[in-house]
Amino acid sequence: MTLKLGVPSKGRLMDETFAWFGARGITLERSGSDREYAGRVSGIEGIELVLLSAGEIPRELAAGRIDLGVTGTDLVREKLPLWRDQLETLVELGFGHADLILAVPAFWADVSTLDDLDAVAAAFRAEHGFRLRIATKYHRLIREHLKAAGVADYQLVDSQGATEGTIKNGTAEAVADITSTGATLEANHLKILSGAPVLKSQATLFLSRTSGADETILAELKAKLGL
Amino acid sequence: MAGKAEIRAEAERLFALFQEAGAAPFEAALLQPSEVLLDLYGEDIRARAYVTSDPVLGEQMLRPDFTVPIVQAHMTDGAEPARYTYMGDVFRQQQAGTGRASEYLQVGYEVFDRADPAGADAEVFALFSAALKGRGLQGSIGDIGILVAAVEGLTTSDRRRAALMRHIWRPHRFRALLDRFAGRGALPEGRAELVSSLKGLDVAQIVRAAGPEIGLRRASEVVERLKSLREDMDVAPIPAAEIEAVSAILNLKMAADDAAGALAEIAVEFPVIKTAAQGFVKRLHALIERGVDVAALTYEGAYGRTSMEYYDGFVFGFAREGGAPVASGGRYDALTRVLGQGREIPAVGGVIRPELLLGAGQ
Repeated sequence: MTLKLGVPSKGRLMDETFAWFGARGITLERSGSDREYAGRVSGIEGIELVLLSAGEIPRELAAGRIDLGVTGTDLVREKLPLWRDQLETLVELGFGHADLILAVPAFWADVSTLDDLDAVAAAFRAEHGFRLRIATKYHRLIREHLKAAGVADYQLVDSQGATEGTIKNGTAEAVADITSTGATLEANHLKILSGAPVLKSQATLFLSRTSGADETILAELKAKLGL
Repeated sequence: MAGKAEIRAEAERLFALFQEAGAAPFEAALLQPSEVLLDLYGEDIRARAYVTSDPVLGEQMLRPDFTVPIVQAHMTDGAEPARYTYMGDVFRQQQAGTGRASEYLQVGYEVFDRADPAGADAEVFALFSAALKGRGLQGSIGDIGILVAAVEGLTTSDRRRAALMRHIWRPHRFRALLDRFAGRGALPEGRAELVSSLKGLDVAQIVRAAGPEIGLRRASEVVERLKSLREDMDVAPIPAAEIEAVSAILNLKMAADDAAGALAEIAVEFPVIKTAAQGFVKRLHALIERGVDVAALTYEGAYGRTSMEYYDGFVFGFAREGGAPVASGGRYDALTRVLGQGREIPAVGGVIRPELLLGAGQ
């Protein structure tokens, strides 16, 4: 038996994950060339490294095709409505911090809260004849957040990238996206609504509840990671 | 649990009953364009309906109810007055763990008639009552029209009344706004500071300084709302007695024949609901005329406020004690106004869920 550990296959998230495990005596590395998605694990027996897109890790964990996985809490919450039943949070890794926020044009001097956004959505619909558009890829999280706050007369439009540009391009009136420093928002003349973010996300090590992970190896891994 | 064939047979029985009562059978497509449903119910319907897409037709939803297609069909080419009945599956996503069906049969009956609203309300209710007789169900009635009249009659600004009216079907938000407008609830964070920062300044200048104008919402709209926020700070709180009256209306829960007196009592202090309360009495008489035992019905002031978003008058339901409604319905004049693009027709109707009815009968 081996445990399959899913790790983001590229970029900072991969590098920082490797460093985090490395600091705990487990060396993760890519084998072969930079382009080959295969990995090697040393410092512990019975762990197999699987390199995946961070966005696919929640699904693979839920399906039990991998036993462990590193990905952002934002992706888990958005993609897995039943994540509490399917996944167990082992440890937050302390990097990859990002907040899911709602932002509107900075010149909307009348808007700072969800209460304002709701009032503006009503006025916008009356004035323009359609529901105020919010561009995002986090449909479920944003819809639940707005529902809880009693915001109506809006619509979500899908945006898988360059979301901050949608307002200037005339395809949305507001955006909901992940941000770490807010610099991109500022550069696009947007401001974040006040109050707590919709979600505070960070890179997290999850355990699949459905994969039937080998208890002995898992215990050894946990001990090594100090969990 | 009843089997599929048994449920089907029960549905056929109700469908036949409604046709005998004079309704024409109505068929609706399983795939409905998303646009209309989204505009009507808002983005939340996405979490409740099954959405699918077609490269040519665009986004479609698996029929979440019959009401929208039936109103659309009637507004396009229906004769008046009209009575329709339908029988078919509807589809709703359910939360995990609730064990509720996501695909189930509905049998419905809808009346489009201008002549006698109270009579039409009573006709639908009496028909349902007869169809469900002896099945151990408790009938409940309510009247959103009384709440609507109360909100319209509040002593406050048009803007505040409109805000309350818009959230009449969202109880938490409604209550929060009502408390705020009564001077009891807190203002949204930063509102007081924002308004005081505008004092003596050119609002348009403030908007210009805040950032470049981007997107479809124009700077003039921002200026407009800032002015309205400033005005709103000077609006007097809604009188406490009116807030009490609204709470009293929402909290009523009693035998339906006692409700008329209770509403009349509230109307003494808060006469704006008088006409609506008289409408309730008229409907009660129409129910009695049709042989409904109104003393056995429960009246609930807040009935139908959360689950039946488009109902704006009479509302009713039948349920086992503590159970989900086996049948529900009500008046939805406003919906015909929205879908009729300028035209409207008073409409009332309801649906029965045969599989729940069979469960209820056991």
